[in-house]
Amino acid sequence: MPKGIVIVEKERCKGCGLCIEACPFGVLGFSSDYNSSGYRVVHMEHPEKCTGCAVCGYVCPDVALEIYRREPVGGTV
Amino acid sequence: MPVETAVPAGYIRVFGKPKALSDVKYTYCPGCHHGIVTRLVAEAIDELGILERTVGIAPVGCAVFLDRFMNCDFVQAAHGRACAVATGIKRARPELVVFTYQGDGDLAAIGTAETIHAANRGENITVIFVNNGIYGMTGGEMAPTTLPGQRTTTTPWGRDPRLHGYPLKISEMLAQLDGPTYITRQAVFDYPHIVRARQAILKAFRNQLEGKGFSLVEILSTCPTNWRMSPQEAGRWVAEHVTKHYPLGDLKDVR
Ligand SMILES: Cc1ncc(C[n+]2csc(CCOP(=O)(O)OP(=O)(O)O)c2C)c(N)n1
Ligand code: SF4
Repeated sequence: MPKGIVIVEKERCKGCGLCIEACPFGVLGFSSDYNSSGYRVVHMEHPEKCTGCAVCGYVCPDVALEIYRREPVGGTV
Repeated sequence: MPVETAVPAGYIRVFGKPKALSDVKYTYCPGCHHGIVTRLVAEAIDELGILERTVGIAPVGCAVFLDRFMNCDFVQAAHGRACAVATGIKRARPELVVFTYQGDGDLAAIGTAETIHAANRGENITVIFVNNGIYGMTGGEMAPTTLPGQRTTTTPWGRDPRLHGYPLKISEMLAQLDGPTYITRQAVFDYPHIVRARQAILKAFRNQLEGKGFSLVEILSTCPTNWRMSPQEAGRWVAEHVTKHYPLGDLKDVR
């Protein structure tokens, strides 16, 4: 199980790609999916690498990303 | 949005849309920094728990629909008059938290007088000044803040200071006055700068809650559409060029 999960709100994403560039671990990429406005939306290309750091969420201009982090087990994250 | 179903048990939400933002999608262009600044304002309102008593003054410009994007009350001011409207509301209802959100065409061109006098009177309001160096909404005309040499639709050969004047340094000007409490310039082109801008906006709201007076946060922003750049190029342009003319940091901070 990865440390983090990024949920993309498809209809808010405008496919600007700023999150793809900002992610320190190369987790995100463009999917082959388009939303109803015609924007090509991002997805987790390498979900296993996600640490849940939320840098992508910070730089997303459209507040399209929701980040979840695995709850610490036994005191370690 | 049925997000919960997609997240397995054992995960906690660490980042998402603040409560002060509505479900209405922004009308900003893809990659425009306006979206980040709007979110940071909403995060500050959430963190201070002031949503029910906050009134925003929306500008004329790309943020004109702010009242739809945010869940607090709003008044939409005539072009450039946001600080004057904010003054009236704050003086009549001092228990409310009043902020303006203005572009550089709004605040630094048609609204220069209102801005300077509100600052000089030390009005107890919070001003968010989104400086992208251009008139975004109307199609990319030169603003007083446009960089020398920068091409816009009204300076197709680049801004020539001898003909069009020099970039107007609003924050430096206001910092010379006795009225204002807090004047700072920030940027949001990468994660560390977003974190700092977030702190500055929070402080500008806190100052108002503590009755300290006029706070202005200038944020160097992008307009990828009218700069004719990709969002990535636009961010780098701010980091490499715009910050040379408009250095980042606090210009005035009265404790
Ligand atoms: C009195 C008046 N004059 C001119 C306009 C046209 N106008 C609309 S938006 C705008 C400039 C907005 O630029 P800025 O404040 O930099 O905001 P941005 O769109 O870049 O976010 C102008 C001149 C207007 N709406 N009202
Ligand atoms: S015109 Fe420029 S400032 Fe306005 S939303 Fe588009 S990119 Fe942003």
